Parts: sequence; structure tokens; C-alpha cells
Amino acid sequence: MAAKFQTWWQGLRYRGGGTMVAWLLHRIGGLAMVIFVGMHVFASFLTQQFGSGFGTTLNIIYQSPYFQAPLYFFVIFHALNGFRIILLDTFPKLLEYQREVTWLQWMVFIPLYGLVVFFIIAGIVSGE
Amino acid sequence: MRNRTVPQPAMSFEYIMWMFTRISGLALLFLGAVSLVMAFVMGARELLDMPTLARWTFFPNPNHVVNSKIPDVTQGWANAYWQIMQIVIAFFGISHGLNGLRVIIEDYIGNTIWQPMLRGLIFLVWLFFTIMAVFVILAS
Ligand code: HEM
Repeated sequence: MAAKFQTWWQGLRYRGGGTMVAWLLHRIGGLAMVIFVGMHVFASFLTQQFGSGFGTTLNIIYQSPYFQAPLYFFVIFHALNGFRIILLDTFPKLLEYQREVTWLQWMVFIPLYGLVVFFIIAGIVSGE
Repeated sequence: MRNRTVPQPAMSFEYIMWMFTRISGLALLFLGAVSLVMAFVMGARELLDMPTLARWTFFPNPNHVVNSKIPDVTQGWANAYWQIMQIVIAFFGISHGLNGLRVIIEDYIGNTIWQPMLRGLIFLVWLFFTIMAVFVILAS
């Protein structure tokens, strides 16, 4: 138990910098998508086969801006970060520039996600 | 500057799943891009809120996008080509995601008796969701 506690504590104190943040967001986003995709498939099955209202209930949650905004953050981040991982794994020489590539990734992410946020806010404003 | 040596991995379950994660990741990016572009080509130009865009990108199924108030989804979408596309996307998405879940779990539990048991459980969950998704696609 003591050993386990220590690992957690060391984990919390470990300062991996920008690439560690990327790893953490990648992991959280992957998990979030597994839960989202799973519930979504299950709900559409219930709705399609048994006319259950569960799918509609979930859709109302899924379509709300408060759900959309974090979901798109994680989806876009996971997709871009996954692409970076694949790229660096395929061309290991680029690992020397891992930090720079991670910054470049943020430079792609920010305008892309900014556009999404813009669409979400525009949707709220126009009362969709 | 350090030189990094890259180990040559042997064929193992772990290596195959590592490879699969990368291939399915690239496949999801590619299939998503194709679906989104084709949605625009085939006339999905109105009412493009974010949920609608997501539906076009990852699951271009007439039954699915009908929620999005886009007219005549049955034109061009309700055919075997898009059914196969959806099955492939669903297969890659579910397999990639659940294998990722397995990696995360095994990172934290280590090599205990739980490891093979949870592997079995995840396999059953994978089977369940794959069959369910294919069923939903073919029945719509
Ligand atoms: C959009 C295209 C996607 C790409 C390019 C992508 C790429 C990747 C890559 C390369 C990894 C391995 C990370 C590593 O080895 O450290 C990974 C892990 C993972 N992915 Fe994806 N992925 C995508 C979509 C998805 C989707 C849709 C889901 C959920 C259904 C998902 C869930 C996960 C999970 C749970 C992990 C494990 C995370 C971890 O080990 O920390 N991914 N992804």
C-alpha cells in the first residue's frame, strides 16, 4: 500500500512538461471517447430496435454546447496528437524535435478548435 | 544531440496491437475526411451545426443524420457503399478505443490475476459492441 501511495505521489510530482500534458490529454480524451461512443451506439440500438426514448434523452445532452465544447476539444486533440505520435514513431529521427513538434501541434490545434468554439457560440447566438 | 537506437520488436500480441492502434488511427483520420468531404460534395451544405458535422464525419448513415434536419439524406447515402464505410469506421473506432482502454487498465493494474480476466471482459465488450453496431447499420 505504501509503495502504491508513493507511486501516486511521485506521479503527481513528476514534471514532464508539455509532452506530458499532451500524453495526459491524449489518455483522458481517449477514455472520454470510448465512453461517448459506447453509450451512443448502445442508445441508437435501443432506439432503433425498441423505440426507447433513451437515445433521444442522450442526444439532448450530446447536442448541448456544454457537452459539445469539451468533446470537440478532446476529439481534435486526440486526433492531432495521435497523428504526431504516429509520425514520430514512423520517423524516429524526428524525436529529437519532439518538443518543437508538440508546439507546432498546438499551433494547428488552437485555430481549429477556435473555429469549433466559434461555430458553437454562433449556434447559441442564433438560437439553434 | 543524442543518438537514439530503435529496438526491433518481435511479433507479439503487444506489438500487433501497437501496430493496429497506429493503422486504425490513420484509417479513422482518412475515413473521417472522406466522409466529410463527400457530405459536402453530395449537398450537405445547410444547417451545419457541430453535432451535424460530427455525424457526417464519423457516421454518414441516413438513419443517423436524419436528426440533423438535412433534406433527402436517402439520396446517395442509403446504399451498400456507405454501409460498408460505416461498418469499417465502427470497427476501427470500437477496436481502437477498447484496445486503448485495455492498455490504460494494464498500465495501472500490472501483472496480476486481474489482467487476463479484464482482457477477457474487454474482449466480450468488444464483441458485443461490434455486433451491435453492425446490426444497427444493416437494419437502418
Ligand atoms: C481520429 C483519429 C485517431 C487517431 C489518429 C488516434 C491515434 C491514437 C494513437 C497513435 C494512440 C496510441 C498512443 C500511444 O501509443 O501512446 C491512441 C490511443 C488511444 N486512442 Fe486513439 N486515435 C484516434 C481516434 C480514437 C477514437 C475515436 C477513440 C475512442 C473510441 C480513441 C481512443 C483511444 C484510447 C482509449 C487510447 C489509449 C490511450 C493511452 O494509451 O493513453 N482514439 N490513439
